[in-house]
Amino acid sequence: MLNKFLATGIAAAALVGVAGTAHAGKDLDAIKARGSLTCGVPTGVAGFGLADSQGKWVGLNVDVCRAVAATIIGDAEKVKYVPLTAQQRFTALQSGEVDMLSNNTTETLTRDTALGFDFGAVTYYDGQGFMVNKKLGVKSAKELNGATVCVQPGTTTELNLADYFRANKMTFKPVVIEKVEEVRAAFFSGRCDVYTNDSSALYSTRVANVPSGQSPNDYIVLPEIISKEPLAPVMRHGDNQFVDIVRWTQYAMIEAEEYGITSKNVDEMAKSDNPVIKRILGVTPGMGKALGVDEKWVYNVVKQVGNYGESFERNVGKDSILKIDRGLNNLWTKGGLQYAPPIR
Amino acid sequence: MTDVLPVGERRQLAPPVDDSGVLGWIRKNLFSSWGNGITTVVLIFAVGWILAGFLDWAVLTANFTAASGSECRGYGACWALIREKYRYIFFGSFPYEQHWRPLFAVIAMLAMLVLSADRRMWNWRLLVIWGVGSFVTFLLMFGQIHIPLSLMLTVALILGGAGMSLRKLIAGAGEMNAYRALAAIGLAGLALRIAGVLPGWSLAIAPLDYVETSLWGGIPVTIILATYGLAFAFPYGVLLALGRRSNLPLIKGLCVGFIELIRGVPLISLLIMASVMLPLFLPSGTTIDKFLRAQVAVILFAGAYIAEVIRGGLQSLPKGQFEAADAMGLNYMQKTLLIILPQALRVVIPPLINTFIGFFKDTSLVLIIGIFDFLNTANQALVDPNWAGFPGEVYLFAAFVYFVFCYSMSRYSKYLEVELNKGTHR
Repeated sequence: MLNKFLATGIAAAALVGVAGTAHAGKDLDAIKARGSLTCGVPTGVAGFGLADSQGKWVGLNVDVCRAVAATIIGDAEKVKYVPLTAQQRFTALQSGEVDMLSNNTTETLTRDTALGFDFGAVTYYDGQGFMVNKKLGVKSAKELNGATVCVQPGTTTELNLADYFRANKMTFKPVVIEKVEEVRAAFFSGRCDVYTNDSSALYSTRVANVPSGQSPNDYIVLPEIISKEPLAPVMRHGDNQFVDIVRWTQYAMIEAEEYGITSKNVDEMAKSDNPVIKRILGVTPGMGKALGVDEKWVYNVVKQVGNYGESFERNVGKDSILKIDRGLNNLWTKGGLQYAPPIR
Repeated sequence: MTDVLPVGERRQLAPPVDDSGVLGWIRKNLFSSWGNGITTVVLIFAVGWILAGFLDWAVLTANFTAASGSECRGYGACWALIREKYRYIFFGSFPYEQHWRPLFAVIAMLAMLVLSADRRMWNWRLLVIWGVGSFVTFLLMFGQIHIPLSLMLTVALILGGAGMSLRKLIAGAGEMNAYRALAAIGLAGLALRIAGVLPGWSLAIAPLDYVETSLWGGIPVTIILATYGLAFAFPYGVLLALGRRSNLPLIKGLCVGFIELIRGVPLISLLIMASVMLPLFLPSGTTIDKFLRAQVAVILFAGAYIAEVIRGGLQSLPKGQFEAADAMGLNYMQKTLLIILPQALRVVIPPLINTFIGFFKDTSLVLIIGIFDFLNTANQALVDPNWAGFPGEVYLFAAFVYFVFCYSMSRYSKYLEVELNKGTHR
């Protein structure tokens, strides 16, 4: 009897879950009617999404929310931030509590399909990296043969580490510690030569957790990235126009960087004779209409949020305390992966 | 007696050791024997050493004025971090220029709590205090309150109905008619509203900008969750405890089932159910405010625990009390309200306050579901890369604030015990 009851309950839950994913394509209309974008952000990740001393949300992921609001509403401040933990984020999106997630979520096939989501363009190419003490004099992960490596157990991090060393015919001594604080402490106290984690986490660890008496500059993050963690915004299936807008807003920020349009010079750039820039900034109309937003959408985004490079450097790059190298996140013209299809 | 000394040879006795005054007290309590003396000296040195180290870190070499975390390195405690972040830690993401609103909301809630701690207020005044206090608090926090017509009608119906049934025997004709009229207005209005005759009108009190609950944070969130969690859980817990002792099998079964179910799972799982599972069961597009969901979860959970504490009090009463009340011809309501509960609650004050203190701190578990209570905003202050790396200072600060609240609660419990047990003192 009880079992039957339970089974019915689970079936009902599954049905409702499915119904929740098949959403009517009204997200964009709802945002416009509300006059604000509801954006799921992480509950505090340095550089990517956190509340500053005045309680204002800042970060690379937060800038995506702001840019989308600038595109749709014309005002980057019209965002309602909903901080979500890793467990909550997908149900919050499925149930319609938020319009989109910009939440350090890695894009994978199952999330894109089985969970009923669509991903935007990649905000940040993250991946597993290595951090070492400068005193070791190591410049590349290929020189780490025989090193002791601090790593957390049971994560893909641990598996990637073993694969990488095996593939490069090197040996290592793992120091496996469950708690992240203790791993860091072990590394900074010199118990291991190398600490491995997602590179964005390595950079923030370097700044935030270095013990007093040492400086963040005593440590370097090696250039090799051994796993793929593309972080991208997430939207529900169902409103393709909204998904398009999010993706093209991100592309527009990359295009703006490529053509040298910044928040400072955007007004002069609008007077440019270059037909591409004229098209991007809506001086030659058409793009906004095609996307279903205001013709000055890119102008608004760049003016209020900045281009991708500005956003990157301000939040995580050289203008921030994290000092993350552009690396994979550089423009394709400069050896990185950030490549936007043309706006035409 | 037998030890009689020869005349003229009085033995000189040493004067008795002086055990009065400060020196005497020290001698008696700290240096009464060699062993005690050594222990005292060792402990004084140990405490002095630890205290000196702490003072050196917390005061002498501490940095109070640094402009960023990197300037703080190399010093003792970085209190500049608290100086930079205290407004965020206290009020979270509430719009910065409007921080006076949560500040006054907290003051309103504390005033409400302090006033209701006074025994002289334990009558109709309590309702007024809580009504006004809650209204001010939520008006300040939300900025705007919309009271829908149907809610007003429901309240009228409940008030009228409660008045009619509770004051049936004692109220005069005029008062009774007032209750009847109130209930009738409520009932008729609701019926018309459901039928669609009355419009969905609502009373808007909107002096300030609206601030949604996702922006609330810090100390007001902790106090609201704890205060209203316990304020609703207490009567609910009393009902559950009474229900558990009921003779009616259905009521008893429901109460036992609820209490055991809720007590059998951790609060975290209840919070996660409320925040992750519940939205999946609702039709898409409808969302219940996350803060409200957490608040309800806290109420349900605290209710189950309070019920068990109160049941302990009920069971401690001798059977004669129940029988005497029955013999007096009191009905169930009168017996419970006038004889049983006053005695039972007095017995359980220490465990009850213990539960309250526990729940005040347990509210910080809402950080699991991304609500920014006081502890979570303190955590957030640590994430800021410009100021990261000083967890000790932030957690000490948070611990200090929690201690102030919990210690005042425990002092109040002491006062209540004395106050309510005056009758039994000899």
